[in-house]
Amino acid sequence: MEARDDHVLIDVRNVVKIYRMGEVEVPALRGVSLQIHRGELLSIMGPSGSGKSTLMNILGCLDQPTAGEYYLDGVNVGQLDDNALAVIRNRRIGFVFQNFNLLPRTTALQNVELPLIYAGLGLRERRERAIAALEAVGLGDRIHHRPTELSGGQQQRVAIARALVTHPSIILADEPTGNLDTKSGKEIVAIFQRLNRQEGITVVFVTHDPDVAACTRRIIRLRDGLVESDEPREADCVYLEPEEAGALGFST
Amino acid sequence: MMYLLESLRIALRGLSANKLRSALTMLGIIIGVAAVITLLSVGQGVQTLVTSSLESIGTNLLFVFPGNIQSMGAGARFTTAAYLTMRDADAIRSEVPNITAVAPSLQGTVDVEYGKTTIRTTLIGATPEYGPVRNYQPADGTFLTPEHQATGARVAVLGWRLASKLFPPEVYPIGQTIKINRIPFRVIGVLKEKGGGSFGSQDDVVMVPLSVAQQRLYPNRRSPAGEPLISVIDVQVDSQKHMDTVAASITDVLRQLHRLKPEDDNDFTVISQADLINIFGQITGVLTLFLGAIAGISLLVGGIGIMNIMLVSVTERTREIGIRKAVGAKRRDILLQFLIEALVLSLIGGAFGIMLGIAGALAVDRLSADLTTVITPQAILLATGFSAAVGLFFGIYPASRAARLNPIEALRYE
Ligand SMILES: Nc1ncnc2c1ncn2[C@@H]1O[C@H](COP(=O)(O)OP(=O)(O)OP(=O)(O)O)[C@@H](O)[C@H]1O
Ligand SMILES: [Mg+2]
Repeated sequence: MEARDDHVLIDVRNVVKIYRMGEVEVPALRGVSLQIHRGELLSIMGPSGSGKSTLMNILGCLDQPTAGEYYLDGVNVGQLDDNALAVIRNRRIGFVFQNFNLLPRTTALQNVELPLIYAGLGLRERRERAIAALEAVGLGDRIHHRPTELSGGQQQRVAIARALVTHPSIILADEPTGNLDTKSGKEIVAIFQRLNRQEGITVVFVTHDPDVAACTRRIIRLRDGLVESDEPREADCVYLEPEEAGALGFST
Repeated sequence: MMYLLESLRIALRGLSANKLRSALTMLGIIIGVAAVITLLSVGQGVQTLVTSSLESIGTNLLFVFPGNIQSMGAGARFTTAAYLTMRDADAIRSEVPNITAVAPSLQGTVDVEYGKTTIRTTLIGATPEYGPVRNYQPADGTFLTPEHQATGARVAVLGWRLASKLFPPEVYPIGQTIKINRIPFRVIGVLKEKGGGSFGSQDDVVMVPLSVAQQRLYPNRRSPAGEPLISVIDVQVDSQKHMDTVAASITDVLRQLHRLKPEDDNDFTVISQADLINIFGQITGVLTLFLGAIAGISLLVGGIGIMNIMLVSVTERTREIGIRKAVGAKRRDILLQFLIEALVLSLIGGAFGIMLGIAGALAVDRLSADLTTVITPQAILLATGFSAAVGLFFGIYPASRAARLNPIEALRYE
């Protein structure tokens, strides 16, 4: 079962994001408020252009809201400078992009090591943890492959390994299965479910796939930059990784 | 320290992940640096060669030419159809103080013939003083003597290179008969190699007594009064500090002898060795400048190459910066990475460029018999400094702009 407690990890209050395109103002978020507790696994849905990515980027501290406040673990992120945000992205948040965003011409291992370099870890520890993270996503035998030598699903798993290698408290994934076929998509979701269940990591992901969303106990629906519905519910499925019965526990 | 080491590692990884780009950037630096070093060292070498050749002519020399050289430097030309004769040389010898030797000479171009070999070369009709004044010493045989001059003996002294071209190795030149413009001469000496290069082919000359040159080889070179002409009078001054006074008294003596009125210009020119070095220094200075300009263009081309590759990769690098920032890189991390990348490229490229440039200079040195290329530290500094600056600027400037974007903007960069 999901390891939810009452600690509010993410507290978004009336967040507005307006993109300026020359003269034109495009409101992507028009006042979104929501709270996410530690240990939750939830999905965000909504039609294209409803502001899902915009919200995720703000939650991930990759972008700043135009107005409104975002408290992460009680800290008002809007008050932080560039360096402090970098530290948060590095230590607290693992972000998974729809298009993977791996460094090209760089091995899976080096890609996964990247956050640890900026965390200031030594060579040996970095390597050990990166290999452990890659093994946790089932890529222990592909650590020296470059992104071009991996399938889409494998690339996304490298990206997930990179997101979880710093032991973040939250993983944010913007359409992690959007570029994958159903089977690899389900494998990715299974990884998230296991991380949430076993590690207690808070996982938020965006999806267009109702089947995938159905696996979470909470679905937030956005429409036109506003929260349309936010319903707690019974999760009606659990994907199991094929290996999960076995030795593949991600150990800290 | 730890931090720098880590940044170095990231930068090296970045470079090796993009080998082609790194290599092309480095190529720009290498070409620019090598071209500048080679070209400037050749220019410098030409300058040194000319100077040392002029110095090797002799010491403390003044040259008296007929006519008036109006303008110094490039485009020097003799205007008036004035002339010098033996009377001028004698007047200088007897009336000007502080001189150690006066050596009038007559120069021309002749065909020298031995057996089936004919060589066109410079002839100098010389007096015995010419040898010591111009530092010509016989390696074999003897130089021209006063008797040769007095009796009009048909004898010749050859520059060593001319001798080696004229005679087959098995023939001993001394005592052989050669023909100069079809007139037979007996070889009495071969000269030592002139030190300090062979500007004006000093090792290719043939020398005969001045009297013979005037009467047998150039009987038509006469003044209106029928006196035989000479081309130049070398005057050796006893010490450097008397050069100016001697030049002045030569001028006085000759003006008197030529009966020039005070308002008349000189119909002769007195030039010192230092003047000659200056004149040629100006000419070779222009040459060096020209080579420098070419080198500058190659630096520019190299620089544009570096710039091009850096700017072309900005899109990709901006995305890379976005990814790095998204996983926690600070602005400082990004800047340090790009700074080190650019530094490493510049240093390695610069080192290769210096090596290649020096190799080029040495190759030119080897290929040309006389030229000794001179590699100056200034050339190396200039070339490396410029390339490094270009590499650094175009490596870092776009990166520092990208590092200022927030991660999402960087990732979205087209
Ligand atoms: N950089 C930008 N500049 C201008 N407008 C933008 C920018 N990014 C997003 N938008 C606009 O903001 C709105 C929300 O975009 P967002 O990417 O958040 O939608 P989304 O819900 O993620 O859609 P999708 O499901 O297609 O990914 C859209 O109307 C979009 O056009
Ligand atoms: Mg989106």
